[in-house]
Amino acid sequence: MKKILAILLALLAPALAFAQEAAPTLDRAPVNLNDKVSLQRGAAIFVNNCLNCHSASMMRYGRLEDLGLTEEQIKENLLFTSDNVGDTMSPTVDPAISKAAFGVVPPDLSLAARSRSPDWLYTYLRSFYRDPKSKTGWNNEVFPNVAMPHVLWQQQGEQVLRVTERRDEVTGDTTEVRKLVLEHPGELTPLEYDRYVGDLVNYLVFMSEPAQTNRRLWGIVVLFFLAGFFVLTFLLKKEYWKDVR
Amino acid sequence: MAATEKTPVTGAGPFNGILTWVDRRFPLMALWKEHLSEYYAPKNFNFWYYFGSLAMLVLVIQIVSGIFLTMNYKPDAREAFASVEYIMRDVPGGWLIRYIHSTGASFFFITVYLHMARGLIYGSYRKPRELLWIFGVMIYLALMAEAFFGYLLPWGQMSYWGAQVIINLFGTIPFIGEPLAVWIRGDYNISDATLNRFFALHVAALPLVILGLVAAHVMALHEVGSNNPDGIEIKKNIDPRTGTPVDGIPFHPYYTVKDLMGVAVFLLVFSSVIFFAPEMGGYFLEANNFIPADPLKTPPEIAPVWYFTPYYAMLRAVPPLFGSQFPGVAVMGAAVLIFFVLPWLDRGRVKSIRYRGPRWKISFALFVVAFLVLGYLGVNPTTVWGEFAKGLPVVGGDYVALWVARLLTIVYFYFFLAMPWYTAHDREKPEPQRVTW
Repeated sequence: MKKILAILLALLAPALAFAQEAAPTLDRAPVNLNDKVSLQRGAAIFVNNCLNCHSASMMRYGRLEDLGLTEEQIKENLLFTSDNVGDTMSPTVDPAISKAAFGVVPPDLSLAARSRSPDWLYTYLRSFYRDPKSKTGWNNEVFPNVAMPHVLWQQQGEQVLRVTERRDEVTGDTTEVRKLVLEHPGELTPLEYDRYVGDLVNYLVFMSEPAQTNRRLWGIVVLFFLAGFFVLTFLLKKEYWKDVR
Repeated sequence: MAATEKTPVTGAGPFNGILTWVDRRFPLMALWKEHLSEYYAPKNFNFWYYFGSLAMLVLVIQIVSGIFLTMNYKPDAREAFASVEYIMRDVPGGWLIRYIHSTGASFFFITVYLHMARGLIYGSYRKPRELLWIFGVMIYLALMAEAFFGYLLPWGQMSYWGAQVIINLFGTIPFIGEPLAVWIRGDYNISDATLNRFFALHVAALPLVILGLVAAHVMALHEVGSNNPDGIEIKKNIDPRTGTPVDGIPFHPYYTVKDLMGVAVFLLVFSSVIFFAPEMGGYFLEANNFIPADPLKTPPEIAPVWYFTPYYAMLRAVPPLFGSQFPGVAVMGAAVLIFFVLPWLDRGRVKSIRYRGPRWKISFALFVVAFLVLGYLGVNPTTVWGEFAKGLPVVGGDYVALWVARLLTIVYFYFFLAMPWYTAHDREKPEPQRVTW
């Protein structure tokens, strides 16, 4: 009996270690939802840049109070497209104009961190490079031929893609090495830019599920309660089963 | 007046009066005794025997959480996706209700699969419990339908394309396939009409079917009595003084308190997922389902939710015949339906794994491995294990995973179809007279 259980568990292990599909290696996003200052900076970056073309139609401005902001602060600093904190985040530019300009309506970002992953977003926003062949003059290593231009280019500067061939001396095989090189530095140093994008991604993670911090807190309370409940039921069972022989 | 008045209810303190009043107008005490206080269950139930009551608990959890979701969900192709996010963000406690329901769906299958595994391990489907087993398989089928209909409701990309794939399976049935698919969808494509009817089936039709079947399942169980890890009948050993089985104990209070402990442990595990990993690494809630359904954009990988994947792997493993996928669909359907005839395939003289012979044990081990590995292959693309060396005849250059799935599909069916043979000629051990305690 125990052997079968052990075998079952052993067999399940590889199924749980699910292999990710082959994709460009993603950098780990510095997500920390307890860092309110980072989330506030991220919200400002989001509202000032992304929200020009993208919407966040599931997100209400008022929810930013969860980040420690007051209604007044939200109204004064972050509310550009509406004057009601109960409204959801809509883009400054008419989606029809965006569609004419880029060929697609920029996707809604409310759930971007859940449909993509935080790591994907973090790497994507740092992987734009100059490409004269594309319509916008930009291309991306994570999302090839993406319709979106590099909106944060003033902050990051301009990267170019260097593709070199490396030949293995022993086997004679050649492998392609792709590397992004910063050609014209922007307003921020590479380290500052990483942090800048990190704050933005942190905010996107918050926005994808505003209840998640609350959820984990409740989880701890519930597990403590249930642990107590288990002890009671365990003692009750023991008491009743004493006379079963 | 009534020729015989029932004896008054005792032992309920201040409630004796009201209970006596009710009992004279409704079989209250008779039901209580038949199903709880005088239902004698074997005293040697082990770990595997928690999952029946737990599956019933999950059913209640799903019904209650489902009712609250229905209060805010909109079964409309334009509003469905946003209404789910509205529940997640703006409805007080909505995220909790939604995660309870989405996690509950997976836990329903976890408990039901473990409950079914228990039946196989201890031969609970054997005479006189064939009908009990058949009701159980019907619950399993109804549950699959319930899960399938429910999965369309969030109206995400996976909802849409998963439903597309499954409805197209019906479309492969010769002659009636295409009209049947249109009849199911209510349209030529999955659309608002499909969403609306799936909502009706998910919240009203199938829950009623499942509740009815569960009632029949429990009634059949209490008619024949529970099996136990030794697979012997406790009713053969009646205490002459009390007239009850020597190895039996009343379900209440013994198993009510024991199952309550099981409930506590279950809720600890269940809550850990709800509060700390509701997506369960993309297995319970898939990343693609956070994108609204888009009929014009097919996702790169369409995989069903984990609980359907063993059958999905079989479907992919069977090669098409004359350009039709129907053989795969037939194999997949047969793999589920074959559970119905299990009681008549098994010719062993003993029921429990404890006294079975090596042939059954090896066959069962192979079956478990096949089911789990098929499940693993079903969530992954067929390319997951790469290709065979090119240049080999017949199979050269084909995918390893595909051939493994083919082999395991045969193993799966071998377990059932060869059962009359390997159970009839097996070196079984003698069963004990009394349960092992």
